[in-house]
Amino acid sequence: MKNRIRVLRAEKRWTQEDLANSVGVSRQTINAIEKEKFDPSLPTAFRIARLFDLPIEKVFQYEEESV
Amino acid sequence: MKSVVMDIKTTRRRNQSRLAQWTFAWTATTALAAFGPQFLWDDAAGLTALAILLNVGIGIGMVLANRRLLEGLDELERKIHLESLALTLGLTLIVGIGYSLLDSTDIIPWDAEISFLVIFMGLCYLLAVVINQKRYS
Repeated sequence: MKNRIRVLRAEKRWTQEDLANSVGVSRQTINAIEKEKFDPSLPTAFRIARLFDLPIEKVFQYEEESV
Repeated sequence: MKSVVMDIKTTRRRNQSRLAQWTFAWTATTALAAFGPQFLWDDAAGLTALAILLNVGIGIGMVLANRRLLEGLDELERKIHLESLALTLGLTLIVGIGYSLLDSTDIIPWDAEISFLVIFMGLCYLLAVVINQKRYS
């Protein structure tokens, strides 16, 4: 799943730690989500989108994995 | 920036401290049950049974404290630890049975001790957590 968290975070001038504290996860988790190594749960994805005042589809884009 | 949803760090620190206390108590009661009969109460069967019961009871407390710690982690940390636990469980089963077979078929000249498995589990879990953390960093 692709996401725009790094760009959105830079626009707000938030660090990974700031975002992690607001979402209620560790900094490592935000880093893994940004690098697209880990897909967040639906509640976490919604919390992140809400923090940026954006609908979830503007932050996360689902892409079908090739089999 | 909006307020913190949950102080995950404080919760984690508190759960880690509780788990450490339970682990210390379990280790101490294991030593008591192992060495007490010989050094403290001269093989009195009742006291030995009591010490073992205490050890098992505190062991259950330790397991519950570990579960609480896992529940307090965030989703990625929990995934890392659960994957590591699953790997440790599978490897311990395979290695444990293999080690026991080596003993029962007399391929190794010594007895297969359970302490070997405990050390193996600890090292395996530690290694699996380190590798999994690297995978997601």
